[in-house]
Amino acid sequence: MENILELRNINKIYGTEIKNQVLYDVNLKINEGSFNSIIGQSGSGKSTLLNIIGTLDKPTSGDVIISGKNVKDMKLDQLAEYRNSMIGFVFQFHYLLPEFTAMENVLIPYRIGNNKVSNEIRRRADDLMNLVGLEKVKNNLATKMSGGQQQRVAIARALINQPKMILADEPTGNLDSDSTEVIYELLRKINQELKTTFIIITHDRRIAEKADRIIEIKDGKINLDINK
Amino acid sequence: MKFSLQMALRFLRSSKGQTLMIIIGIAIGVSVQIFIGSLIQGLQKSLVDTTIGNASQITITNDRDDKLIDDHKMLMDKIKTTDDDIINITAVYDSATFLAIDNESQSLLLRGFDIDTADKIYDIYDRIYLGKAPIKDNEIILGKQLQEKYDLSLNDRIDILTVDRVDQVFTVVGFFDFKVTSLNTNWGITTLTTSQTVFDSDGITAIEMQVDEGSVFEADAIAAKIAEQLYDYDLKIDNWKDANQQLLSGLQGQSVSSYMIQVFVMISVILGIASVLAITVLQKSRQVGILKAMGIKNKVAGQIFLFEGFILGFLGAVLGILFGLGLAYSFTIFAVNPDNTPVVNLYIDWRFIFISGIIAMIASTLAAAFPAIRSSRLNPIDIIRNN
Repeated sequence: MENILELRNINKIYGTEIKNQVLYDVNLKINEGSFNSIIGQSGSGKSTLLNIIGTLDKPTSGDVIISGKNVKDMKLDQLAEYRNSMIGFVFQFHYLLPEFTAMENVLIPYRIGNNKVSNEIRRRADDLMNLVGLEKVKNNLATKMSGGQQQRVAIARALINQPKMILADEPTGNLDSDSTEVIYELLRKINQELKTTFIIITHDRRIAEKADRIIEIKDGKINLDINK
Repeated sequence: MKFSLQMALRFLRSSKGQTLMIIIGIAIGVSVQIFIGSLIQGLQKSLVDTTIGNASQITITNDRDDKLIDDHKMLMDKIKTTDDDIINITAVYDSATFLAIDNESQSLLLRGFDIDTADKIYDIYDRIYLGKAPIKDNEIILGKQLQEKYDLSLNDRIDILTVDRVDQVFTVVGFFDFKVTSLNTNWGITTLTTSQTVFDSDGITAIEMQVDEGSVFEADAIAAKIAEQLYDYDLKIDNWKDANQQLLSGLQGQSVSSYMIQVFVMISVILGIASVLAITVLQKSRQVGILKAMGIKNKVAGQIFLFEGFILGFLGAVLGILFGLGLAYSFTIFAVNPDNTPVVNLYIDWRFIFISGIIAMIASTLAAAFPAIRSSRLNPIDIIRNN
């Protein structure tokens, strides 16, 4: 299988006067269509790693290569376009826009790149809403939904542009175990049906064990890399 | 709809109270501007109107000893072709005389008018409150104060002495009221022919004229053009601006202070919008951050706030114009003289109002520039990392 992502000697140092190195020479290759989990203790650097993969943060040194392109060579606007079309984000704090309905939130990544929403895209959004089981509440304001529902909206939103890669940072961190189970089943289903690559940070070992590959980060280094 | 515009509308709608406050803030600024502007313009207009509306704005006289202008018909034709803005032009024969009644005598400026053309300047027919205008020889009309002072009535015969002590008998055919005591006590109006006959002359002593309403303040330039045209005739050409320097500097002072007020009102509106929008950027930084993570470009992130500024400016301007007109209207209703006429007639200049609205919109959009820059510089990772 081809690599969708390659990290080469990634170092990340925060601060200029008091330096705090978070990542040490991280090298990592991710296969296209794979379902990966990243585990590690708080402060181990896993979120920083995910943000670097998502081009939200820049490594102090090293290269991030996504689909053969080095992120370093891209301008800000190109990076924005790239994030919009290639990557879907699901954050722990779901980050829906409270001013919009669930459906509108799902359509936002598409609207960022396009002025008009075609019927085809509307159908796709409807399908995604069905997929995440929210067809009945899709016109509710984001703030009028439960935490689990909001997280499912965020997942549908991450999928609307049919990105190659979904990055999720503890997507179930704020949810009860039942909801957690539902969300993971959903992510797995999407991975299998749409062949979307998943990189998921989780605290939950039970969940991590369901992934194709478990990467453990410890003190800014890859400590364990298990392929099933 | 453009994505950034839709975002701006949603952001504004999501905090209705705040949006309404800013709109009202802008509206008050615009309304004060429109009200003050209309008030000052109205004040200036009525001041100019009272001062020169019913007076000669450019006057041609002769410095010669006999003060006479010869061949005035030819001159008047020449003047008419000088500038299209010269509208009312009339020939006058003025002479200082004495009015002798009941063993009393007082000075009287006997003004021999061609009544029909002079009416266009002085509104003579409308000013006559009793009787009619002089038509025949030796008919005269006098002012209200003279009527009251000497208890005159229509068809009374009065004696007028010229400086050469020639006694002429006139019939009073009417009384006028120019609302200016000095004119009402000092003027006696008769026909041009009567004056010329009395003084045995076919000349005149002055050519008086007015210019088009829009060119009142160009009277000096027009007068200069006439002077050039009549250079060979050695005549004296006066215009109202030279004669009313004090009024002019008063008007100028008023204009400057009005502009000052308007500029400061606008500055305070701009500062208000800029500071509120700066807070809005902070309030919405989470949204902007997540939008950026999803791939919104910095330029578009800035546009959201520029659109907010523009929308606020537009609504504020519209509301402000309505407020301003309402304020102006209530001013003319409530601030009235004892006879129920408004203290100041406001001058509603739609061009000025339109421009005020446009300025408010541009100012609001510019005021949004700082928040917009802040928004475009916002780094999504700061939001994501700090939740």
